[in-house]
Amino acid sequence: MTSEPTDALWPDEQGRLRLPDLADLAGLTEAEVRELVDCGALTPAEGAPGQWIFGVRSITIARTARRLREDFELEPHGVALLLAYIDRIRDLEEELRHLQARLPR
Amino acid sequence: MKFKDYYAILGVERGAKPGEIKNAYRKLARKYHPDVSKEANAEARFKEMAEAYATLKDPEKRAAYDQLGRHGPGEDFRPPPEWSTQFGDASAAFDGMDFADLFAGLAGHPRQGGRHGAGGARRGQDYEVAVPITVEASFNGTEVSLDLTTTEFDEHGVPRRVPRTVKARIPKGATEGQVLRLPGQGGKGVHGGRDGDVYLHISLRPHRRYRVSGHDLFLDLPVTPWEAALGASVEIPTPAGAVNLKVPAGTRGGQQLRLGGRGLPMPQGGAGDLHAIVQIVLPPELTDRERGLLQELATASTFNPRRHLE
Repeated sequence: MTSEPTDALWPDEQGRLRLPDLADLAGLTEAEVRELVDCGALTPAEGAPGQWIFGVRSITIARTARRLREDFELEPHGVALLLAYIDRIRDLEEELRHLQARLPR
Repeated sequence: MKFKDYYAILGVERGAKPGEIKNAYRKLARKYHPDVSKEANAEARFKEMAEAYATLKDPEKRAAYDQLGRHGPGEDFRPPPEWSTQFGDASAAFDGMDFADLFAGLAGHPRQGGRHGAGGARRGQDYEVAVPITVEASFNGTEVSLDLTTTEFDEHGVPRRVPRTVKARIPKGATEGQVLRLPGQGGKGVHGGRDGDVYLHISLRPHRRYRVSGHDLFLDLPVTPWEAALGASVEIPTPAGAVNLKVPAGTRGGQQLRLGGRGLPMPQGGAGDLHAIVQIVLPPELTDRERGLLQELATASTFNPRRHLE
């Protein structure tokens, strides 16, 4: 079956999500999202507990968290630690790309 | 369907204890998990081992797998007829079914048409797809065609692997590390569940001219010593076409000349910059005339670039 081209959506940096929407997109339960927040793996952009609002970047983080938890059978603090390292590696890789781009070949 | 040797995939003996299977899987997962691995083909390798582990870690599924006996990996294989009872009444149900689907359906209610048979709404499967694009495609926007294999269920809850092509328009300015979403283009939802999404992980292919950092482009610009000394107007390529760049008199090697807004477009509007990195290049072979002029310059010039080293 061939479909017509679909527009790939930018994550709207200004976009905001409520907890149930984030849970749905990430394939997690709301309790699991709350657990990720408690461990520091996810940080709500605003709102008091119970009325959290998340930035769109949380979608990728929460989805990665789900994969890591399922695939490595990790508990939430282990997931949070791994996410912190992955984030740091990404930052370093970006820095490296940035520097390599400036080096003449 | 093709037989898969789940024990061989995990590198364990058929009689391996559950702990050994878990250890073997975890070791391999550390090496091949797409979120942590840089191995080529990590995604496909990981899928294979996750599928093997999902069956072998569950005693019921492992027993069912063991019942199938030994077959060569990739060997054409048809499950025994009694297996068809759990997937509806026809053994034709196996056509188009993937080997893994035999065991996926065994969780919970093994004889009631699998876990999808009687359940409530389930949202369709999401897909994560790596999409390498060229610098030109990032500059202009592009269309990509993704071949996915989605799982659909018939009225009896029998899974079918269905090849599906999803076409996506990538907006201009998509660059390394960005994740774009195709809402509703993943697997079909079941019993009113919403359709899954496809996530596109963008990477940029290496380019013969440009190096990319964010939305900025970097280009090596060879100039002659006299162009660097005297200044020149040179033509340089940009993704939008050639432009003239003024090399100011007294340009040093390694100096970056910036062309504002000539890099990759940004989604919020505007564009990155193009930086030309000056490389001072000598003719590979000097003509007699060039040598004579350079000798004359060497004699006439009192410039000492190494004074600070004295």
